[in-house]
Amino acid sequence: MKSDFWYRFLRNKMAVAGSVVVIFLFVISMLAPWIAPHDPSTINLKKVLSAPSGMHIFGTDQLGRDIFSRMIWGSRISLKVGFVATGLSILIGAILGALAGYYGRWVDAIIMRFVDIMLCFPSFFLILAVIAILEPSIWNIMIVIGLTSWMGITRLVRADFISLKERDFVQAAKVVGVSDFRIIFSHILPNAMASVLVAATLGVAGAILTESALSFLGIGVQPPTPSWGNILTAGKDNIDIAWWLSLYPGLAILITVLGYNLLGEGIRDSLDPRLRD
Amino acid sequence: MIPLLIGITIICFTVIHLAPGSPTDLQTNLNPKVSLEAKERLQSIYNLDKPLYQQYFMWIKKLAVLDFGNSFSSDQRPVLDKIVERLPITIAINVLSMILIMVVAIPIGVLSAVRQDSFFDKATSVFVFVGFAVPTFWLALLLMIFFGVRLDWLPISGIRSLNYEYLPPLSALWDLIKHLIMPVILSAFGGLAGLSRYMRANMLEVIRQDYITTARAKGLSERVVIYKHALRNALLPVITILGLSIPGLIGGSVIFETIYAIPGMGQLFYMSVMSRDYPLVMGVLFIGAVLTLLGNLIADVSYAVVDPRIRVS
Repeated sequence: MKSDFWYRFLRNKMAVAGSVVVIFLFVISMLAPWIAPHDPSTINLKKVLSAPSGMHIFGTDQLGRDIFSRMIWGSRISLKVGFVATGLSILIGAILGALAGYYGRWVDAIIMRFVDIMLCFPSFFLILAVIAILEPSIWNIMIVIGLTSWMGITRLVRADFISLKERDFVQAAKVVGVSDFRIIFSHILPNAMASVLVAATLGVAGAILTESALSFLGIGVQPPTPSWGNILTAGKDNIDIAWWLSLYPGLAILITVLGYNLLGEGIRDSLDPRLRD
Repeated sequence: MIPLLIGITIICFTVIHLAPGSPTDLQTNLNPKVSLEAKERLQSIYNLDKPLYQQYFMWIKKLAVLDFGNSFSSDQRPVLDKIVERLPITIAINVLSMILIMVVAIPIGVLSAVRQDSFFDKATSVFVFVGFAVPTFWLALLLMIFFGVRLDWLPISGIRSLNYEYLPPLSALWDLIKHLIMPVILSAFGGLAGLSRYMRANMLEVIRQDYITTARAKGLSERVVIYKHALRNALLPVITILGLSIPGLIGGSVIFETIYAIPGMGQLFYMSVMSRDYPLVMGVLFIGAVLTLLGNLIADVSYAVVDPRIRVS
């Protein structure tokens, strides 16, 4: 089963391309202090808004800071937000989905109603409203994105639980007298992890997009901390003179998100080739 | 429907009461002369000294008659008025982009399903993947740089030119259209990728059904099979998808309305968030959720209208 997965995964060009992008970004963000050619926060007023050159390959911003170095450091923010926010949404989604699917009846009714209610809110509205109240900061953003993106995972996990709880191994565990808690978390949940893994990979992509949009609007990661989104804000302010501020960070977001999406789809196709459309 | 509505009010209420400190701090903190009594008086004017559940019920009572209170901003106008005057432009842009999504995405999806694995199919699937990954606000910036600044074809902010009032009706209309082109295309972009992918998958599934084989077997031309028998069935679930895409469209309006300075609900929401105008934030949040709910309701009803199988069950 496992070797089947890797066989299919490694033959799937899109999945491999996605993994390459994701691993590359990991390496970049880990090595940021060593590979960034300049200090990301050194202000140089003699070089304000200078176009890309050999010295500054992606140009400089309105304070003369090196864009390339800021983008390398910005990759850390994207990674952090992507993983923490998605981790939180999986935690909430898996627990609620497991409870709803396992216990059914009123537990299910209440939890799924709650999911329906949350889905009524345009998630960007909800995020903005909470940020308005809690002060924008990287931690608040991660938490808020996590708190507003667990609904899909809840539905997935619930569906898995509903079919898994009827299976023989669960019935056997019940007969032997294993507690509900252990049945849910050590017997059924591991079997539902496959779909969660796919949703999580796609979720990281979504969280990175949301963070960049928030930072772009000035309610995300706050300057001087570099993030791809807030470099683009400077791009908008200098739209008629400095195209490089707008082009490169957006390209980085695009490639990152594309990488995670390809990886997620690749994992799904390799787990179960029948799911391919 | 009703439980959902109640749930929405509870969440709106909770979100606002997450705030540390009191909303009246905004009005008092900057003024060192405010005494403790004055602060308390202000609290009781807004009923902030009552227990939470009482505050909730008082708020619900007002909500029932669409009274969202007054904005904290300097004009202190009722929240409802501020929202209502900005709602039409947001709805208009969203409806236009929804039409654009359907007109473009459905033929793309159908064509790539009918010609599966052709060059066209592969090209669209690349487009779809990029479409899912591209940050819309970045695309907005690029379009602004290219069409607005470099080529100077399209205006990059607002919905009217300065000389709008002096233009003859036709050029005034053209002026409005020119202002709307980029925002509408942008707000449609995300949905375009989603719907064309969905349409393709749907169509592929329908083509494999027995009744399509039957239609072919009885000698109908491929044209009739595809466009009459298959397409109509593949179109059905699109209604649901359009319903589900409403929250995304409304949420996205914050981004493009802010970028293009369009005086709609999204921009109003952004401004209220930036100035911490709580009544306004709560009002827009609530209206946004209710619009989504209505959209889904319309989708459910129209699904039942077009699909007899749903009506029966």
